Amino acid sequence: MAKIKFTSALNRFFPSLTEIEIQGSTVREVLINIEKIHPGISNYLTDDNGRLRKHLNIFVEGDLIKDRQTLNDHINADDELLIFQALSGG
Amino acid sequence: MSNKLLVGTSKGLVILVQNNGQWKIAAVQFEGFSISLLYVDERDGTWWIGIAHRHWGEKLHFSINEGKTWEESGVPSYKDYFYRPGKPATLKRLWTMQHAGLDKPGCLWLGTEPGGLFFSNDNGISWQLTEKLWNHPSRLDDLQWFGAGKDFPFIHSIIVNPRNSDHVYIGVSCAGVFETKDGGKNWISKNKGLVAAYLPNPLAEVGHDPHRMLQCHADPRVIWQQNHCGIFRTRDGGENWEKVSGENGFPNYGFALAIDEQDPNTAWVIPAQSDEMRIPVDLKLTVCKTTDGGKKWFSVSKGLPEYHSFDLVLRHSFAKLNQTLAFGSNNGNLYLSDNNGESWVTLCHSLSMVNCLAFSYRP
Repeated sequence: MAKIKFTSALNRFFPSLTEIEIQGSTVREVLINIEKIHPGISNYLTDDNGRLRKHLNIFVEGDLIKDRQTLNDHINADDELLIFQALSGG
Repeated sequence: MSNKLLVGTSKGLVILVQNNGQWKIAAVQFEGFSISLLYVDERDGTWWIGIAHRHWGEKLHFSINEGKTWEESGVPSYKDYFYRPGKPATLKRLWTMQHAGLDKPGCLWLGTEPGGLFFSNDNGISWQLTEKLWNHPSRLDDLQWFGAGKDFPFIHSIIVNPRNSDHVYIGVSCAGVFETKDGGKNWISKNKGLVAAYLPNPLAEVGHDPHRMLQCHADPRVIWQQNHCGIFRTRDGGENWEKVSGENGFPNYGFALAIDEQDPNTAWVIPAQSDEMRIPVDLKLTVCKTTDGGKKWFSVSKGLPEYHSFDLVLRHSFAKLNQTLAFGSNNGNLYLSDNNGESWVTLCHSLSMVNCLAFSYRP
């Protein structure tokens, strides 16, 4: 199972959110399975059309995912996913 | 039950309470978040706020106990809808909410960017796009529906006729005014008499830029709008708009508008110098009032800054409750008058940009 780490900023909306291990062979499948544990979180991470929100980044084993539109990047069983905010001002 | 003033800023919700005639900040909630929408449902006192998160998208929250607790509601989705052929639509911002009528409990309208009007019949749990408006032929034309100030058109004003809840007007920047008389099944433009000075044809049927639009409850045929190209009023339910800007072009440009609920001839605006100069004229913050339907405007600005004011008041940042008016500005100042604007006091001068204001009261 992939290991998922979240930006601590999400704890304001999902206080019980902690590092978890989740099954899934793509980023999209991983997010679907996270949603089952934390209902509503997918709306914070993706837009109406399922695309990764503009000011979010997901790293797989330290690399930015390539497919922000359909989240089809492949995930290996022991990969580490980081779900972080992008840096933006204001 | 005390009157309350809700101030939606770019960095949180500020709640002021009136006690013994004095308004004081009682709470700050949603700290750090930009409040894009404020609405108090007069039917049951529910408070609604829209949040424009930089990272997490648009969110909608409501409180049934005047802010003691909040719950997150559903948000509209544009999934499977297209802004233009081949361009999927995405919710950009929540702009305005309006209950759908005293005879339609639990029903709400919600105006959004990029131009979709949503309807809920379950108190905001779910939202349905009003497809007849979304599919209106004018919406697909870049010269008729387009962004101004924002990248996409947005619905900022929703008016439900208090005598007939199926009769609804919306104001769109930019497109203009649209009307339905059958609860949203059919829509027609209502822009005759408006001027779009920025278009090759200033009298185009669609392509206008109402900044804010309000209807007189006592006489629903009378609707006022502060438009990009002046102040306009209709006395026949939008069949004809008449320009009622002041003599010599002041007041003319601005965003904020307040009207008297009972007197169709009385309104207030807070003018800015021009499109190019969005600052008070001569840097003197001025509220203008008319009591004769816009024939003459006069200043009601006692107590407001007379020098070096850069206050710009956005479209949803001016609110009225009986004789009390309040407005907040883009640089975090908050002003209030409890005598119909005859004199003003400064309530706060260090808020963040004020996006929206609303009064909450219980009779």
